[in-house]
Amino acid sequence: MTSNHYYNAADLAKFGNIGEFQKELADKFFSYYNEVFKDGALSAREKSLIALAVAHAVQCPYCIDAYSTDAVEKGNSETMMMEAVHVAAAIRGGATLVHGVQMMNKVKEISM
Amino acid sequence: MIKSLHARHNDLATAANQIAQLNNLPEILPFEEKLKQADLFPLRAQAIDIFQMNVGYMCNQTCAHCHVDAGPDRTEIMTRETMQKCMDIIAANNIRKVDITGGAPEMNPHFTWFVEQCTKLNVRVMVRCNLTIIVANEKYKTLPSFFAKHKVEVISSLPFYNASRTDKQRGDGVFAGSIKALQMLNSVGYGKAETGLILNLVYNPSGAFLPSAQTTLERDFKLTLKRDFDIDFNNLFCITNMPISRFLDYLIQSNNYENYMSRLVNAFNPAAVAGLMCRNTLSVGWDGYLYDCDFNQMLGLKVENKIQHIDNFDAHELQNRNIVLNKHCYGCTAGAGSSCGGETIK
Repeated sequence: MTSNHYYNAADLAKFGNIGEFQKELADKFFSYYNEVFKDGALSAREKSLIALAVAHAVQCPYCIDAYSTDAVEKGNSETMMMEAVHVAAAIRGGATLVHGVQMMNKVKEISM
Repeated sequence: MIKSLHARHNDLATAANQIAQLNNLPEILPFEEKLKQADLFPLRAQAIDIFQMNVGYMCNQTCAHCHVDAGPDRTEIMTRETMQKCMDIIAANNIRKVDITGGAPEMNPHFTWFVEQCTKLNVRVMVRCNLTIIVANEKYKTLPSFFAKHKVEVISSLPFYNASRTDKQRGDGVFAGSIKALQMLNSVGYGKAETGLILNLVYNPSGAFLPSAQTTLERDFKLTLKRDFDIDFNNLFCITNMPISRFLDYLIQSNNYENYMSRLVNAFNPAAVAGLMCRNTLSVGWDGYLYDCDFNQMLGLKVENKIQHIDNFDAHELQNRNIVLNKHCYGCTAGAGSSCGGETIK
């Protein structure tokens, strides 16, 4: 360990360095990554919002930093961005609660 | 309304202190070195197609990012005598486009006279209108019809299509005033396809980030402004904020300066260099001095030429001059490039 914390904001800029240990796979990943975010059936602006929501769902601080900036740069309003975060929160919350059905099923199975 | 750096006696009110600040990051390679690495040095002008005149620093707004440090307290203003000299140069050298900027250029008392003189010479006039000047005072409410009569191309800043982001950059109430002014311009035919009256909007990021791709942002602006306010316009120009004057002050105060400069340098795009505005534009200060661009004007970086003032103007001497460079130039070469006409890569 070179510091006493797990996340360092400066490490985000070093993302491209992952090729140092395995270049071929890194090159393939970044090529794919760059292709994903181009304008397609979804615009680059919409994709940036999806990335921002996913960043919150997977709770990646690097991704939140990167896609907060990217989403603003691509012309998303603050309201759009917060609604995207709410989508992530709703899905995470829903994912927890829908398992409540499994809990209910089990309770009913073992109850008189 | 915030006060200008000038009124606050801020250190960054002087060009020398801004240049010192730009050069205090040794890890940022001098711009000319970056051009040398890309085999693009020296950077030379190609022509004087656009005669850009800054007719004064007075403005009814004090935007947080203003590279001019303009505001109501600024008294520097171009005289009619200087305007006449400019007019003579434009006529003698057959310059076809004049780009009038400020401050709010309409606050110069000789503004309408000058536009009328340009019309007589059949010179295309572009005015960088901040929009709110149209609704600031009764005497300016005729500007839309005046612009239309003279077929002036209106170029206006609107940093976003909502109030919160616009007002943070340009001042409380500016979005509402801008929308009203845009509707007034539309009502006389501006932005309508069949009239030939051109209304272009300028997008400046309202913070320490870079502009998005111009075409996609233009599409979003057009959709939203039409849907929410029934506003039409022609083109959106995306312009990167230069790290000078009030935007430089903002970057330092918000602790974004180093990151912003790094972003500009990392986004350096050699392909953006060919279309830089300094290559076909000559910038004239309110006092008649000559510069490669309005940014160099604010940094006091006069053209590198024996001709430095309109009093001894010589187009032949000036048209292929070497451009004066400093680290702020990274702002014009980031990503798809940035100029008074938007992206430099078309």
